[in-house]
Amino acid sequence: MDQLPLFPVEASAQAGQVDALYFFLVAVSAFFAVLIAVLLIVFAVKFRRRREDEVGEAIHGSIALEMAWTLIPLGIAMFMFVWGAQVFFHLTRPPRGAMEVYVVGKQWMWKLQHMDGAREINELHVPVGRPVKLIMGSEDVIHSFFLPAFRVKADVVPGRYNTLWFTATKPGRYHIFCTQYCGTKHSAMIGWVTVMEPADYQAWLSGGSSGISIADNGAKLFQDLGCASCHQEVQQGRGPTLRGGYGHDVKLNDGQTVAFNDDYIRESIVNPQAKIVAGFQPIMPTFQGLVSEDQLLQLVAYVKSLGGAAPGGGIPIPPSLMPKAPNGREPGGVSGETGTGRGAQPAPKSPGN
Amino acid sequence: MDTITTTTGLNYLNNGYGLKSWLLTKDHKRIALLYLWSVTAFFALGGFFALLIRLELLTPAADLVQPETYNKLFTMHGVIMVFFFLIPSIPATLGNFLIPIMVGAKDLAFPRINLLSWYIYILGGLFTIVAAATGGIDTGWTFYVPYSTAASNSHVILAGLGVFITGFSSILTGLNFVVTVHRMRAPGLTWFRLPLFVWSHYATSLIMILGTPVIAITVLLVAVERGLHLGIFDPALGGDPILFQHLFWFYSHPAVYIMILPAMGVISEIVQAFARKNVFGYAFVAFSSLAIAIIGFLVWGHHLFVSGESTYAGLIFSILSFLVAIPSAVKVFNWTATIYKGSVSFESPMLYVFGFIGLFTIGGLTGLFLATMGLDVHVHDTYFVIAHFHYVMVGGAIMGYLGGIHYWWPKITGRMYPEGLAKFAALCVFVGFNLTFFPQFIVGYLGMPRRYAMYPEEFQVYNVLSTAGASVLGVGYLIPIIYLIWSLKNSPLAGPNPWGAKGLEWEIPSPPPTENFAVTPVVTQGTHQYAPSREVGIAH
Amino acid sequence: MPTSGSGDYHPGPVAIQPGGHGDPHAVHHPKLQHHFDDMAQQAEASTLGMWVFLVTEIMFFGGLFMAYIVYRYASPLGFEEASHELNLYLGAINTAVLICSSLTMALAVRAAQTNQSRGTQVGFLLVTMLFGFGFLGIKAYEYWEKFHVGHVPGPYFVWDGQYPHAAEQFYSLYFAMTGLHALHMIVGISIMTYITIMAWRRTYDAEYYTPVEVAGLYWHFVDIVWIFLFPLLYLIGGHY
Repeated sequence: MDQLPLFPVEASAQAGQVDALYFFLVAVSAFFAVLIAVLLIVFAVKFRRRREDEVGEAIHGSIALEMAWTLIPLGIAMFMFVWGAQVFFHLTRPPRGAMEVYVVGKQWMWKLQHMDGAREINELHVPVGRPVKLIMGSEDVIHSFFLPAFRVKADVVPGRYNTLWFTATKPGRYHIFCTQYCGTKHSAMIGWVTVMEPADYQAWLSGGSSGISIADNGAKLFQDLGCASCHQEVQQGRGPTLRGGYGHDVKLNDGQTVAFNDDYIRESIVNPQAKIVAGFQPIMPTFQGLVSEDQLLQLVAYVKSLGGAAPGGGIPIPPSLMPKAPNGREPGGVSGETGTGRGAQPAPKSPGN
Repeated sequence: MDTITTTTGLNYLNNGYGLKSWLLTKDHKRIALLYLWSVTAFFALGGFFALLIRLELLTPAADLVQPETYNKLFTMHGVIMVFFFLIPSIPATLGNFLIPIMVGAKDLAFPRINLLSWYIYILGGLFTIVAAATGGIDTGWTFYVPYSTAASNSHVILAGLGVFITGFSSILTGLNFVVTVHRMRAPGLTWFRLPLFVWSHYATSLIMILGTPVIAITVLLVAVERGLHLGIFDPALGGDPILFQHLFWFYSHPAVYIMILPAMGVISEIVQAFARKNVFGYAFVAFSSLAIAIIGFLVWGHHLFVSGESTYAGLIFSILSFLVAIPSAVKVFNWTATIYKGSVSFESPMLYVFGFIGLFTIGGLTGLFLATMGLDVHVHDTYFVIAHFHYVMVGGAIMGYLGGIHYWWPKITGRMYPEGLAKFAALCVFVGFNLTFFPQFIVGYLGMPRRYAMYPEEFQVYNVLSTAGASVLGVGYLIPIIYLIWSLKNSPLAGPNPWGAKGLEWEIPSPPPTENFAVTPVVTQGTHQYAPSREVGIAH
Repeated sequence: MPTSGSGDYHPGPVAIQPGGHGDPHAVHHPKLQHHFDDMAQQAEASTLGMWVFLVTEIMFFGGLFMAYIVYRYASPLGFEEASHELNLYLGAINTAVLICSSLTMALAVRAAQTNQSRGTQVGFLLVTMLFGFGFLGIKAYEYWEKFHVGHVPGPYFVWDGQYPHAAEQFYSLYFAMTGLHALHMIVGISIMTYITIMAWRRTYDAEYYTPVEVAGLYWHFVDIVWIFLFPLLYLIGGHY
């Protein structure tokens, strides 16, 4: 079977669920395909023409049969729908506290940044047994991040963030493919994800990290780009303060509300006029073209680190139920990678749950 | 034999010979032949690109052609096969030829518009061929933005205009069919006496009319954005690339049904003729065509499950996608039941029917895999999808097309085709097809993405199988082209009704006279009654 | 193997009735095309054909309306601001012009239908075309005005309001939608020119006026599109 594999290796917690669904559908399909084939062959042989002037019987139909072969397939299809939706929910809802990795797709490479600042190109190192959430943006055209061994995939669309998560279960090296056609070297936009034992992963991490986390980089940018002159620590500047807002709903000046999430932060940097917070003037200039996708992700990470509601992508908790965002770091929690040095930034990480 | 059926005398083929008598003809039958030649030419061109694709994929590295060239090859293969072969194939040739005859009319409602639609088709084809010849286009047939508007260096606007223009040919054909079916039916030919071929073309026409304008405006907006930098789809200009995907698939998913519904109509006709039996559950087969056309418009979002589309939108599109599978299943069951207690013979059109039902069943069932959200995440944009839609479009639509061409060849040309060769070709097509595309389900589930010029070595075995199958398939397609042309001069005359089949087209001479019917026929019962009615279940 | 001409196990579904419905020797109108049985069938086919065509037109504009809905929902304030720069008075005048042209178009159809003189028919058609040209003239002036102040999207787009991004999007859609509409007006005027010439040659009467009616359907449709475009583009945000 090494030469002719029929199924890819199952290397994530989700893979088994997808495969179970797959086997069920294969079984149903095989049953119906064989049923039709056998009926066709039996009827064709049994009722073959024996005399040149023979005609078939005039049978016009049967309501009972029509109902049967409408309703039975419908029932099976609805079962598939429910099961498929269930698996999909699981595949698209990352658990709280997943380790976050930022991914930028560009023609034709994948750039990945770990929260503590370690960067990789076309390679992703993750520990076994730990949920990993990828937050992905694109610098140019649409790409798609596909990990066949984990049975997960998400398009990487310019102008917005899509996410993807998995929990690797088996150490090893597995393919990363770009599955959305993106130009000349689309088929070269591939890479490897390396799943390591937690201890090996820690060792790898301490070797590769620059020591400056994404949020730290974002904080520096926040100062350099002059954001801090309007968006201040307390509500006194010309722009709204960003502290403690993440994950909550924000009231806009046209009466609508918007969720303060990764996408909103991104949009507010590149297209600041689009959704103005109630009580403020649309005076912020656009930073489109001035900051790269990498830098945008750093800024997003920084703003997230200022605290707020649930960590990105988790099930939002109503503000009333939220504990006040703590300023200090929490052990474990979202950010995960511990032990890297921090600057003087307050609250460099988003809080845990 | 009927008094009006004579095989000698004036018919639509010998009624004028000059080039002008063809290029300026308003006769639906001659226009059908103009289409037949042109779609065959485009099929050959698209097939040539497919051949190069398969040869390149024989090895994991990009050694036959560079990735840049490979990208152009699969784009041109897709654009030509979808827009210039599959969409016009059955409706514009067999539909054009047969619908007026089947409804007992002398011509389509608007003969001049019919001719115009062919010229529009050719004009659109020229744009695309010029685009291909002057450097090609590399966006994939889906023209996804922002690649097509901002990144690609190829002739996107030219090819886009080709698709835009040829869309109008499709719209005009659909319009002509709808009006003809509504207004030109012979006296006594009520809706429930219509051949199922007409029903399926009616449903197809509805999709052409409602869907094609949307792709036209979408492709036009791509051209405008690319040419004038208006910000409509490109996020760098403030647009929304996902909106493009919605608009694109709003047409292009129903377009799949434009390809398969006419083939289903062909199958319904052939299965009745060679089982010498009226179809089982006429009303269910007829209405399932309409159901497919209508529900087919509501499922486009299943192409966007992994694009970041909201989960709730995804749920709705998923459940609707399951629903659209049901009418197709109903058809398959009804065709199978039609053979029961029939008088089955095995001429090559019937072999194509068996092939169609088998392959379409697999194609349809694997469609369920893609409608299942949790599973689609894994197989989306892999070779699984490629295998699925080739099972529907090649295993389904082209099998139907070939079956139909053989079945009506005696009517169209007045001559038979060589039956032995035809059976051999049908076998080649069936075997070659399965060998080509079945391995792609497996390699797709293994994770091989589509549109890859290079691929990891572990996928090679399946690709070699595919390429081997493709060569058999290619031979299976080449043989009919040769013997059908040969038969024009050399085969025995067919007579008006070589199959002993029912239907108005078999009541007139082969080839039919220019006016089809000397006098308008009056229909007194369903057009496909082989034996006196036996009252079982429902009856019409 | 196929058997030649053995299709008669029992009577076929067809009964040929010479002299019946489709008797080719009956006297018919000179404008009756050979493949129709009678004038009524021909007229019904043409009218239905135009209705079906208009359905495709609705879908054609529908793609643009969809884009409009999406982008206006994304930036309602920007669209409002951009809309205020449009010339409301010219837009309103153009709306009135088109409504009047629909009236004269309807009167032209009526004139043909009721066998009125060719002078009346041609008169109404000419007035309709005149309104059409009037509309295009005003539209051209508006375009020129926008061009002049730099509201044409692209590298030279100028906007000194608060929402340059949304404004550019708005004007992209404005030019796409009104441009497509103007193109339909030009096609409509071309059709009218043909119909007018034919009317001058006394082609249309109570028995044969389908072309006028069908052209009228098209003309009304183009008007109705404008009736949707006008509020969507000019009347956002209550600056009237």
